[in-house]
Amino acid sequence: MENILSWLIWMPVIGIGIIAFIPRDKNDLIKIIAAVTTGLQFLLTLVLWQNYDAGNGGMQFMERATWIPSFNITYILGVDGLSLPMVILTALLCFIGIFVSWNINKAVKGYFALFLLLDTGIIGVFLSMDFFLFYIFWEVMLLPMYFLIGMWGGPQREYAAIKFFLYTLFGSVLMLIGILGLYFSCGNTFDIQVLMEVAPDALRGLTWWGMSAIKVIWVLLFVGFAIKVPVFPFHTWLPLAHVEAPTAISVLLAGILLKLGVYGILRINYGLMPDGVYWFSGALAALGLINVIWGGLCALAQTDLKKLVAYSSVNHMGYTLIGMAAIIAAGEANGLNLKAAQAGLGGAVFQMFNHGTISAMLFILVGVIYDRAHHRDIEGFGGLAAQMPIYTGITAVAFFAGLGLPGFSGFISEAMCFIGAFPVYKGIVIASTLGILLNAAYFLWAFQRIFFGELNEKYKDLPEINRLELFTVVPLLLITLFFGIYPAPFLNLISSTMDVIINHVVSLATFASM
Amino acid sequence: MTNLQSLSYYYPELILSGVILGAIIYDLLIDKSKSGNVGWFLIAGLMAVAGAICLQDDTVTTLFTNSIVLDPFASFFKLLVVLATILVSVVSLQSGELSEYRKGEYFTLLGIIVFGLFLMVSTVDLIMVYLSIEIVSIMSFVLAGYLKQNTRSNEAGLKYVVYGAFSSGIMLFGLSYIYGLTGSTNYFEIQHAIANLDTSANTALIMATIMMLVGFGYKVSAVPFHFWTPDVYEGAPTTITAFLSIAPKAGAFAMMIRFFNQVLADGGAMGGLDTSSIAILPWANILSLLAVITMTLGNVVALQQNNIKRMLAYSSIAHAGYMLLAMPVMSGDSIYAIMIYLVMYLFMNLGAFFVVIAVKNKTGGETFDDYKGLGWEMPMIGVAMTIFMVSLTGLPPTAGFIGKFYIFASLIKGGGQFYWLVLIGGINSVVSLYYYLRVVKVMFLEGERSETILQPPTIMAVMILATAIPTVILGIYWTPVADWVQNSLTFFIQTL
Repeated sequence: MENILSWLIWMPVIGIGIIAFIPRDKNDLIKIIAAVTTGLQFLLTLVLWQNYDAGNGGMQFMERATWIPSFNITYILGVDGLSLPMVILTALLCFIGIFVSWNINKAVKGYFALFLLLDTGIIGVFLSMDFFLFYIFWEVMLLPMYFLIGMWGGPQREYAAIKFFLYTLFGSVLMLIGILGLYFSCGNTFDIQVLMEVAPDALRGLTWWGMSAIKVIWVLLFVGFAIKVPVFPFHTWLPLAHVEAPTAISVLLAGILLKLGVYGILRINYGLMPDGVYWFSGALAALGLINVIWGGLCALAQTDLKKLVAYSSVNHMGYTLIGMAAIIAAGEANGLNLKAAQAGLGGAVFQMFNHGTISAMLFILVGVIYDRAHHRDIEGFGGLAAQMPIYTGITAVAFFAGLGLPGFSGFISEAMCFIGAFPVYKGIVIASTLGILLNAAYFLWAFQRIFFGELNEKYKDLPEINRLELFTVVPLLLITLFFGIYPAPFLNLISSTMDVIINHVVSLATFASM
Repeated sequence: MTNLQSLSYYYPELILSGVILGAIIYDLLIDKSKSGNVGWFLIAGLMAVAGAICLQDDTVTTLFTNSIVLDPFASFFKLLVVLATILVSVVSLQSGELSEYRKGEYFTLLGIIVFGLFLMVSTVDLIMVYLSIEIVSIMSFVLAGYLKQNTRSNEAGLKYVVYGAFSSGIMLFGLSYIYGLTGSTNYFEIQHAIANLDTSANTALIMATIMMLVGFGYKVSAVPFHFWTPDVYEGAPTTITAFLSIAPKAGAFAMMIRFFNQVLADGGAMGGLDTSSIAILPWANILSLLAVITMTLGNVVALQQNNIKRMLAYSSIAHAGYMLLAMPVMSGDSIYAIMIYLVMYLFMNLGAFFVVIAVKNKTGGETFDDYKGLGWEMPMIGVAMTIFMVSLTGLPPTAGFIGKFYIFASLIKGGGQFYWLVLIGGINSVVSLYYYLRVVKVMFLEGERSETILQPPTIMAVMILATAIPTVILGIYWTPVADWVQNSLTFFIQTL
């Protein structure tokens, strides 16, 4: 168990090292190495889960090593109930992603090396408890992503890749300014745990450009994270990148990279600037509402199935934002409604996880049909139910999960977000139920157009979903169903950390000081 | 210290002079086909010089009756210049452009530039400022036009002369103003005199400093004194372009820091420009404006280039802007940041030019079209160039990020009046991503994928690795550099 977190982060790098020495024509060997590496990493996350003490909401398995003492930069890792589910999800989706990419035949060596580098970056962000380290990992993800979209993507891949890169870099630069501001106003440290103690007091009364430093730094960091989520109006890179990326990369983008933004807001913005939470939560809920409605309307208008799924991410992340905003229910001004805050925050984190599994599943299924028909035009199919019954069945279940039908995990998390936010933001919650309607509309309408009606003559020889593809989808489907019926294991895992976060925000915030 | 006593502290420069003279004589004795040996002779000599500089470690004193100083700050820059020159010299021996020419004079002139730069980084006297700039400039003019048969190279040499003469003339005029106001050419005496100057002289002093800035700005290629840069960089032999993009820039920054810190700030106490006894003069604003214009123009114009050398020329203008950003703060931290940035910049920028040389040796071209599919054909060069481009953009985990990080950190620490500079600097980095990544895009995403893999010649490959590996390593672990810079942050200070 010693250094288990470091092993988790650096294991893919070992895999890259091995792949580097394999001759580039040995494609299968490279794929097997990548699969073994991510498989071991996934097993290690399960070991971590087994040994994790869910009763303790604080940081566990802490690792600490000096790095650059002259600037107080330290290598600090830790895991808690907020990051653990994300780490498990990352490892799972990376493992599945290797099999989704099994048909990649162009520059295989480069693809899998970059894939593993991306894996390291993502896990690194979730486990870093030093802000500098966090930032390094945050940026390490960009270049592999640029190449993975730009080299193995669809027709507009180059434009999509550079747009993704420029958007995210813009966000990270703002974040860097915020990080430096925090460093110098909070006693020259990057240690997130220390900052969580010091920052709430140290920032009070400081001004930047004549405004409250808390507000300025909050916005700098928030924009950095919001671009990743993506929060309206920073979402325009998303449909493009998701559509142009190869299937496995879309899975990682939607499944995990979007969660990094929410994770950052919860870890950094909530942890370091509790005052800002009160100041911003109304806006957060409103942005969530816009995401829900806007994403839903855009999804409804799409004719490209992959784009529809991409916009459904915008829609689904909106629920998370609304759930997160509910944390203020636990404050004095809102009648110390701890239950609502717990439901909202827990729902938000659960929704992150569920969207990770559900959207991954949807992207894989879109990839399956694209590999066969070589297009994704929703109008261009029709009647596939007769031709591909198993595929139709699985897609039906995945779409139902996506639209939040009771019995699937998405329903529970969305309901929790609403329940939590209702006491504080009644109007927003009521308005956002319209989003659920849209959500159901775009999924069902798309389903109807693809699978029902006359079978398109062109597709009467379309082969059924194969075993490899089933292997990538079915585990995700089972997870969705399991947590839909019995969410307690997940909620128990995160609940004590959620309490710690709520308590931290509520006890340290002095709303009046804003 | 008197002239004779000074000589015993001056042995690195004396060795260097010996090497330069030796190179001239050696070149006369050998056949043209072996003129490359002069290069190896210079490299060996420079290594001896570097060793001699290291021996001086923390001696702090003035030499030659207060005209130059010896302090760790100067030694730092001397080592930086020597390192850059050694790397460039090795690559010069491999360059296809230079292969038809006799190389003896080339390396001799390079040695003389190094000598001039040594003076530049240690001078505390206005006369010596002018002399050292001229030594460096005149040798650079010749080297820029070294390719006699190439009209672009001739153009580069001539343009460089014209701009150089113009800006050094203006600078000299500014120096005479300062002498007229203070009655001295020595920094320490000038600082003392300015502190007691009547406020009615402020306008003259601002004028004089702006004229000085013309000279400094020309050397670091700051906008609006940058017009020579793209043409000279494009026309000069690429090795010389690489050299000009780092060594004289480092020298000019050292000189500028010393001048502003000793003369116009608080007598070298590194407390920042604001604590200056002459704070009423808007130095910080002038420098901020210069920095912002420099990096913005460099980046925006670089976006439209089709020639990689020219693109790198504008990029070097932008990087001068990033370093200038830290000048207005003029605190210990900001000087420290500029020094770190220069170390990081040395590796990434030289590396980028080395790749350009390697590609030109192979394909004979230097436009974006010549780089199509290069990443597949020569993977080593493609990967190395990607590292350099990412580093020049300033993305972690590369050296370029660390440089920018320290610059931004010193600005944030400097106080609220500098925050907007960080914001503009950050947005500029985002803009620069577009053109740096264009190189990567062309190399990997465009062109035919070749099945055969080519390797560059061994020495070229070693030199590219020698710059690429530090570019990555220093992005992850830079404590040795940080310590070195910290130890070098000692100026000779004299308050009268």
